[in-house]
Amino acid sequence: MRYLPLTEADRHAMLAAIGASSVDELFRDVPPVARRSGPVEGLPGFAGELEVERQLAAMAAKNIAAGTVPSFVGCGAYKHHVPATVDYMVQRGEFLTAYTPYQPEISQGTLQVLFEFQTQVALLTGMDVANASMYDGATACAEAVMMANRLTRRKKAILSGGLHPHYRDVTTTDAHFIGFEAVALPPAPKGGEDLVALVDADTACVVVQNPDVFGQVRDYTSLAQQCQAKGALLIVVVTEAVSLGLLTPPGEMGADIVAAEGQSLGNALNFGGPYVGLFAVKEKYVRQMPGRLCGQTVDADGRRGFVLTLSTREQHIRREKATSNICTNAGLCALAFSIHLSLLGEDGFTKLARINHAKAVQLADRLTGVKGVSVVNDGFFNEFTVTLPRKAADVVEELAQRRILAGVPASRLFAGQLEDHLILAATETTTESDMDALTKALTEVL
Amino acid sequence: MTMNSQGRPSTPAGADSAVPETVTGNRGLQIEEALIFEQDSPGMSGVDLPAVPAMNLRLGAVKPRAKVGLPGLSEPQVVRHYTRLSQKNYSIDTGLYPLGSCTMKHNPRLNEKMARLPGFADVHPLQPVSTVQGALELMDALAHWLKTLTGMPAVTLAPAAGAHGEMAGMMAIRAALEHRGEKARTRVLVPESAHGTNPATAAALGFSVDPIPAGPDGRVDLAAMEAKLGPDVAGIMLTNPNTCGLFERDVRAIADAIHAAGGYFYCDGANFNAIVGRVKPADLGIDAMHINLHKTFSTPHGGGGPGSGPVVFSEALAPFVPVPYVVHDANGFRLVEGHEQGTEFGRMKAFHGQMGMFVRALAYILSHGADGLWQASGDAVLNANYVMARLQDTLTASFEGPCMHECLFDDRFLKGTGVTTLDIAKALIDEGFHPMTMYFPLVVHGALLIEPTETESKAALDQFILALKSLAVRAKEGDVAYFQGAPRLTPRRRLDETAAARKPVLRWTPSSEPALAAE
Repeated sequence: MRYLPLTEADRHAMLAAIGASSVDELFRDVPPVARRSGPVEGLPGFAGELEVERQLAAMAAKNIAAGTVPSFVGCGAYKHHVPATVDYMVQRGEFLTAYTPYQPEISQGTLQVLFEFQTQVALLTGMDVANASMYDGATACAEAVMMANRLTRRKKAILSGGLHPHYRDVTTTDAHFIGFEAVALPPAPKGGEDLVALVDADTACVVVQNPDVFGQVRDYTSLAQQCQAKGALLIVVVTEAVSLGLLTPPGEMGADIVAAEGQSLGNALNFGGPYVGLFAVKEKYVRQMPGRLCGQTVDADGRRGFVLTLSTREQHIRREKATSNICTNAGLCALAFSIHLSLLGEDGFTKLARINHAKAVQLADRLTGVKGVSVVNDGFFNEFTVTLPRKAADVVEELAQRRILAGVPASRLFAGQLEDHLILAATETTTESDMDALTKALTEVL
Repeated sequence: MTMNSQGRPSTPAGADSAVPETVTGNRGLQIEEALIFEQDSPGMSGVDLPAVPAMNLRLGAVKPRAKVGLPGLSEPQVVRHYTRLSQKNYSIDTGLYPLGSCTMKHNPRLNEKMARLPGFADVHPLQPVSTVQGALELMDALAHWLKTLTGMPAVTLAPAAGAHGEMAGMMAIRAALEHRGEKARTRVLVPESAHGTNPATAAALGFSVDPIPAGPDGRVDLAAMEAKLGPDVAGIMLTNPNTCGLFERDVRAIADAIHAAGGYFYCDGANFNAIVGRVKPADLGIDAMHINLHKTFSTPHGGGGPGSGPVVFSEALAPFVPVPYVVHDANGFRLVEGHEQGTEFGRMKAFHGQMGMFVRALAYILSHGADGLWQASGDAVLNANYVMARLQDTLTASFEGPCMHECLFDDRFLKGTGVTTLDIAKALIDEGFHPMTMYFPLVVHGALLIEPTETESKAALDQFILALKSLAVRAKEGDVAYFQGAPRLTPRRRLDETAAARKPVLRWTPSSEPALAAE
């Protein structure tokens, strides 16, 4: 087997050094009832590269790759162009095959990347400090709520109906098992929620999303002030990181915690994961933050260097008193995010955001011209919602048969509700001909 | 003059071979690299984008932001930046990485290639199910392998990492207890040798953590465990093979005892790589066990993630799984995202799991096959026992063998030398090795936990053994200064972690502004 370097002669010599007659003997502490006598039956034997490639490629061929057809699917994962440099760099073995940087003297590469990543996330969100990443945006959202509970010593979260339902569900799962209250409002494509009225003396936080799951952008400045006046924190969720190149960032609106999904930068769609959760807070809250943090220091020769720090918050030190049970983060996805952003730079990033917005404006105008379609949003970034005269799920399925991925029917996320709502995204990858194909097909099926 | 293993003098012969000071601070291939923010060339970009189409912004009440504050660099500058940074990392591609309990084994590049097939990488999680049948088939195939290898009837692929898998498993136990109407079961037994994530997970879910002491043989003290059972016990979280690298001989008795007391058996499967394909967890009485795809099935650790932590479940817990999961019926594969059985619990992350990791893990599994996995776990255990046997006379092994995939030493061999476990680790770095896991598990003093994995050759192990033995001898000879000054040959020497924590600097700020310090 090509990954196993020991020869039979090695194995014999090693067993002799150990004083054992066979490898089986080394398993003698395992109860015989659970010990297998040989390789598991009913499963195939080892296979060469070519054979494995054929098997997996056959499965891959049964999927429609978003880049091969007109695609308008968003809702928390976005198709962007990732420069070739990103994927080349993340595959350098020194990044790809390193462990968590617990030995800083031989991990300065990963550590400096994390320090730069934290800075980039803080800049994008307009916040003071960020951690070294979370599993994804949804788990970051739930962790933000739990952090707010710790900070305020209150146990209730108000979740806006504009919050991505998966983020809502991850938070309510935690609420159920961990023991706090999560009040989830019904979906509100047109807004108009009175969140402040729901904030009471038990409320730790209000969670909103910008742009929300329907694509609507909102100014939460006044909401932040009103929440804080009542002793609650405002958590702003962002699922499209590219929007931060154009919109007033959550930090400037007064957010206390930002939980975001970073997939849009550097990371492929990957059928939903792995992605990279972004987590940023006001400076005064840093010691209640979950997840790993990288900090600057000096070495024995006085040179600048980086280490994982404030680890007394973490499970490997604090065990049952830790702020979170999180151990792994999304290191490599964070690296991809960071490299993509480094390539873009200030000019590239803000320009990319404007291109995305322009494409969406163009698409919205085109769809407004299709009979029976009307755009719900008055302000959006690169995604918006339309109503159709038929069930959106049926329309999406019919268009999929024509090899057009028309967007996400709202009913996919809100089961049994908003059945005529369709959510569509456009990015820099969307072409004129993609829009032509969509409008033509929609005109035909509606 | 002493000679090293290369046959050259091991101490500098004269001034000519001393490390010189350089003007740049660079030392040959070790190149100093400024922060990316310190290399700003305003207006520069490494990405050429088309002009922004003319438009009126349609942002409703939101204003466009003025500035982000990112630096501008060209593509070659960015490539050089990350290349230089990468060269400051040790990695499994570089050499032996014997971090006990972390399982740093070879990461085959075929797996990377497969994960990048557009049919997997470029598929959106919310595409119509009819357009992602191959992706669901892959998830189903991986689930089949995991169930067959463990003998367990159900699996969830949703958790994003091992600790997340622990969460899923303990949530399932809580859900099952709720279903039985036994909310009063709030105590979880956790051995002292457990990973920190175990007590953290139990505590996060509101369970009280009751530690069980280890017996003199490094395993759970069965009598002490049985004495802690009672009507308020929800279950036990047991790592097996445990973090001392030993198989829990009494695992069946432990399982029977916890079941008789009405609790469940959660097994931390972080060390499943030791037994994969050779031991059937279902026959150990386990109710839930997470499997770290980034350990046992070699998806890359990536400097700290992403991971993936599927959990297998017994019949008793099978109804209590998080959504979503894949089912196969007459119309093909589909995702269950709602509560079809009525006993599922909620979502644990957005979308359907760490698909990119599933592809890599399945590529690894198909490459090995059942016979390759049998050989892999056998070699992992053989390598660890070989290291243990060869170091037995120099270091102090904490417990009697055989060990499983890792071997545990403590610092008794350093007694009276003034050299610590940490010092040994730092000196190993200068010898070209990543150190072993240190000071974990907590059940022995100054632990050194060595996990070589099956992808190391005998020659690599022999060199590591030679280095470690030589260091042990040097420590016993009293060369304390050598150890305390180590490492000397690395991009950075020992870093001041106390200062970093006392006054945290967690981001770059322009030097004209005061550094951010959070107190």
